[in-house]
Amino acid sequence: MILPLPELPSFDYVCPKSYQQVSEMLLQPSVDARLFMGGTDVFVQMRDRTVASKVLVDVKHLPGMASIEYDHNVGLRLGAAVNLNRVAKHPEIIEYLPLLAEAANSVASYQLRNRATIGGNLCNASPAADTAPAILILEADLIVVGLNGERVIPANDFFLAPGETALERGELLKRIEIPAPPEGWKGKYLKLGRNAEGDLAIAGVAVLGFPDHTAESGYKFRIALSSVAPTPIRAFEAEEILCRGPINGERIEAAAIAAQDACQPIDDVRASGNYRKAMVKVLTRRGLGEVWAAVQ
Amino acid sequence: MAKHLISLTVNGVREYVEVPSNMTLLTLLRERLGLTGTKDGCSAGECGACTVLMNFEPVNACLTLAVEAEDAVILTVEGLLQDDRLDPVQKAIIDHGATQCGFCTPGILLSARALLDRNPSPNEWEIKDALRGNLCRCTGYLRIIRAIQEAASGGSDDRTS
Repeated sequence: MILPLPELPSFDYVCPKSYQQVSEMLLQPSVDARLFMGGTDVFVQMRDRTVASKVLVDVKHLPGMASIEYDHNVGLRLGAAVNLNRVAKHPEIIEYLPLLAEAANSVASYQLRNRATIGGNLCNASPAADTAPAILILEADLIVVGLNGERVIPANDFFLAPGETALERGELLKRIEIPAPPEGWKGKYLKLGRNAEGDLAIAGVAVLGFPDHTAESGYKFRIALSSVAPTPIRAFEAEEILCRGPINGERIEAAAIAAQDACQPIDDVRASGNYRKAMVKVLTRRGLGEVWAAVQ
Repeated sequence: MAKHLISLTVNGVREYVEVPSNMTLLTLLRERLGLTGTKDGCSAGECGACTVLMNFEPVNACLTLAVEAEDAVILTVEGLLQDDRLDPVQKAIIDHGATQCGFCTPGILLSARALLDRNPSPNEWEIKDALRGNLCRCTGYLRIIRAIQEAASGGSDDRTS
């Protein structure tokens, strides 16, 4: 293991005023530009020499990047550069989208969350990204902007591989739009780390449930998993099982097994793949139990 | 590599410095301004030894560029002493013997100061939660927590006596 060096490799820092300038820089191969906001991932990666760039582009001061707007009918519009403490402490997010506040608050430490941003957490595209499961089950839209204007990427289409997103060359994430969640919903994010909190997840499970008369069970659930596949994923098969008939211990167990089957975990320094699979079943069962108790 | 002329306020003093793009706030404080109270532990945002307050909020100075501190108000451990009086958190840490090798102490003092500024009477869990990003490898957390509890209750504040 190479110990991180105190000094960062050399690069030029730039802080453009417009989205267009950023896109132009990204599209100019000779510029070799990389975007950053809080820098909590990119500076560590540069010190580890796993990434290198000649130009670091600070995009957190672009218009709208740091804004939080909540409207009960429309939902939440979150600028990509909003830091995770602001997400975790925002009164309306705590009241109406507590799942998202919990997920943001579970990242690393207080001082790191003052710098780390929601957009950075998503665009870094770590399989372990703590805010990703919440974004997936809240069915957020990611608003990205490039030279041809804005386009929408549904959260479920955003993550492609470790470190890889559906952003195309010249595009950046501008905003996360979370629709007003279904009436009567309850959610829970369960994160298992090597210590109580602060570590990267060995496995993470987010669960959301709400009454829905179109489902045979009378309720619909959404489940997302982190740290157990190349990307954060939805466990759609498990969700289906919960629609098909009355919710009881047996059905919750069947859904937990289906969530386990949706995983393709790796062995790493934090845990073995087999342990991760076993824990996904436990966490899914526990999360569904808690949400079911709360939602009835 | 590009250089940037920036101005910032460090411990109440306005500073004008020219910094290269890749200089961290930590290096600026330690090597350029001679404020070596802020420590370099892991250089990766894990240990919290480099914690300083930037615009009244704790950040890891090892993961913050100096150029990003343009116009910022920075508080380091050297700035906690005011009119030769210790901050209540400093006094409580001393009174409780809550420091062993001392390497983590500056970062802990600033995390604790920021905690008490946003929450004047934290419970034990809130103190632990606020210190999650400050690792003490001498393993002396218990006395640190007690000291912060005492500072919160005003018990050892010699400014108010």
